[in-house]
Amino acid sequence: MKYVDEYRDRDLARTVAAAIAAEADPDRSYHFMEFCGGHTHAIFRYGVQDLMPENVHFVHGPGCPVCVLPVARLDDAVELAERYGVILCTYGDMMRVPGTKQRSLIRAKADGADVRMVYSTADALRIARENPDRQVVFFAIGFETTTPPTAVALKTAEAEKLGNFSVFCNHVLTPSAISHILESPEVRDLGIVKIDGFLGPSHVSSVIGSQPYEFFAEEFQKPVVIAGFEPLDVMQSVLMLIRQVNDGRCEVENEYTRVVTEEGNVKAQTLVSEVFELRKSFDWRGLGTVPYSALRIRDRFAKFDAEKQFELSVKASREVKSCECPSILRGVKKPTDCKLFGTVCTPQSPVGSCMVSSEGACAAYWTYGRFRDQQPSKLEAAE
Amino acid sequence: MTAADLRLAANASNARGSVDMTHGAGGRAMADLIRDVFHKHLANDYLAQGNDGALLGSVSGRLVMAADSHVISPLFFPGGDIGALSVHGTVNDVAMMGARPLWLSASFIIEEGFPLADLERIVVSMALAARQAGVPVVTGDTKVVEKGKGDGVFISTTGVGVLSEATDIGGGNARPGDAIIVSGTMGDHGIAILSKREHLDFETEILSDTQPLNDLVAAMLAAVPGIRVLRDPTRGGLSATLNEIAHQSKVGMVIRETAVPVNPEVAAACELLGLDPLNVANEGKLIAICGADDAATLLAAMRSHPKGLDAALIGEVVADEHALVTMRTRLGGMRVVDWIAGEQLPRIC
Ligand code: SF4
Repeated sequence: MKYVDEYRDRDLARTVAAAIAAEADPDRSYHFMEFCGGHTHAIFRYGVQDLMPENVHFVHGPGCPVCVLPVARLDDAVELAERYGVILCTYGDMMRVPGTKQRSLIRAKADGADVRMVYSTADALRIARENPDRQVVFFAIGFETTTPPTAVALKTAEAEKLGNFSVFCNHVLTPSAISHILESPEVRDLGIVKIDGFLGPSHVSSVIGSQPYEFFAEEFQKPVVIAGFEPLDVMQSVLMLIRQVNDGRCEVENEYTRVVTEEGNVKAQTLVSEVFELRKSFDWRGLGTVPYSALRIRDRFAKFDAEKQFELSVKASREVKSCECPSILRGVKKPTDCKLFGTVCTPQSPVGSCMVSSEGACAAYWTYGRFRDQQPSKLEAAE
Repeated sequence: MTAADLRLAANASNARGSVDMTHGAGGRAMADLIRDVFHKHLANDYLAQGNDGALLGSVSGRLVMAADSHVISPLFFPGGDIGALSVHGTVNDVAMMGARPLWLSASFIIEEGFPLADLERIVVSMALAARQAGVPVVTGDTKVVEKGKGDGVFISTTGVGVLSEATDIGGGNARPGDAIIVSGTMGDHGIAILSKREHLDFETEILSDTQPLNDLVAAMLAAVPGIRVLRDPTRGGLSATLNEIAHQSKVGMVIRETAVPVNPEVAAACELLGLDPLNVANEGKLIAICGADDAATLLAAMRSHPKGLDAALIGEVVADEHALVTMRTRLGGMRVVDWIAGEQLPRIC
């Protein structure tokens, strides 16, 4: 497959792996946080860790939209479907995330609520047009990449004067979350989470550009490489990070030049700022309250804002106590540190959100990587 | 089924109107439906007996029986439809025991309001599939459910086949050192279905691979009577099937990503949709496990059969108490090949 296979080529991978091995200083260790779940997924799916020297570690960050949505917002969505009887449209993974008392949208659906899985905001709009006598709510989640399509949907709804369509907006912002992690005592004071640099999410930067990261590369003195999602992108970016660390540089570099520019997609940014504004604060699952880290729908579109159209009563929601998702999302713990991992909690019956989404660290560990702990010798055996 | 056959099936029907509750009520309307649609197209000596059951006569050898229910959306898809699929699915289940499928039964649950023309098209396609497989539908049943209580048509089929005394095929037979072979490209059916799912913005020319495999299996058994495991990787795809076998046999498996045949269009569609072709359903492919010494012979036999042209040796069975299936990725790393959690593709079949 042109433009894909090149980034999974084994010989090239060997070359980059050799460069990494040659340039990584054996007397130090390197901890790089991949903020985005897409990278976590690529690392596990292609076994990238196998090609790294022992002293290069990946720290899995919070960049999975399904994983960081707080339980209360999910409970709100369930309430919309159950109490208000709306047609609730959502992306696939969101259906299985357990909320308070393990209640998920898929359970609500089984009990009769009208929850529908959609592949795009266009699907949700179509459902609204086809069901003029029902209220249709699009449960919007995601980072900078999924925000422009939601903005388009809102503008379409406005242009068509769709009276039965609204958006439950849960869009969040990447740079503020990264700053928040770097501000946390675990990273700043205690050094529990060692982070020597970041793999920046390339699709986010295709919208916002690489420029928003410059502030904290400078402020927090951490190198950032905007990395594509193919395994070779990840490896090349690791090499670039190692070089920065070795040189003592803290810059924003762009590995994904085939798409990302410094200023990003200005048209999409304009569209987003026309429809959305910053929330003063937003709760993230795992990170707690993060100031200015999410978007809400501007007043002009109030008619299409589910938060203004429906009174959502859910306030007290509960997470399972022993679930370590919050620590995992901040890189404080590894999935295997959780007592429930692989026993009570598996992708078949997820307890926490990190096990639900295929981009979640627990799911990636379980799905692709669990033999590493079970059978350390297997790799050699397979050679 | 070729494209021409499909057109034939599509054109064969000139029935009008739709199914209503009287078609399931046991009266004249039902008798007419059975005569004009089912018996007309599926005609054979067993159905002609006209009794509640079919008298089958005697066979020598051990009997194998398999049942399969088909609920699929959409009912008609590129390369097939629920009618053909319901024949192939059960014929293949019987064949995967190493048996020669002899007879099929078919039960229809039809939703009130379903167009008779579509029903006839499905039955025509079923008849064609049964003929191609050489396995007649000898008995059947029809029920009609109220509108909203079904999803167009559900079809349940049961197959009976006969197995020679010498054949011993089963999911528990894999042993460390054995070779793992697939008969062709993975994921075609699932992607064909998905490409026709409502409002998915991609188009492919991928046809479902739905086809009967009893002839391929017969050729394989003639070449290597000692095949240990046969299974068709339908729902859940290659990964689910390998995991099932690994657990049944209490062994591990190591496969090579680069050796697994995947149609480039399927690979591209999977890329677009974020799917793993190893998890995507097939309806006309099989996995065979045999002793390492037999692998070359079996591969050659498969590749000289039209349904096994792309057959490939994809990996080996290894000793492993955890029954893990792992894969050497194209990048050179290792990873687990897991069952998918929940539904990757909502209700494929
Ligand atoms: S294994 Fe399950 S319970 Fe434990 S942290 Fe991960 S998602 Fe939460």
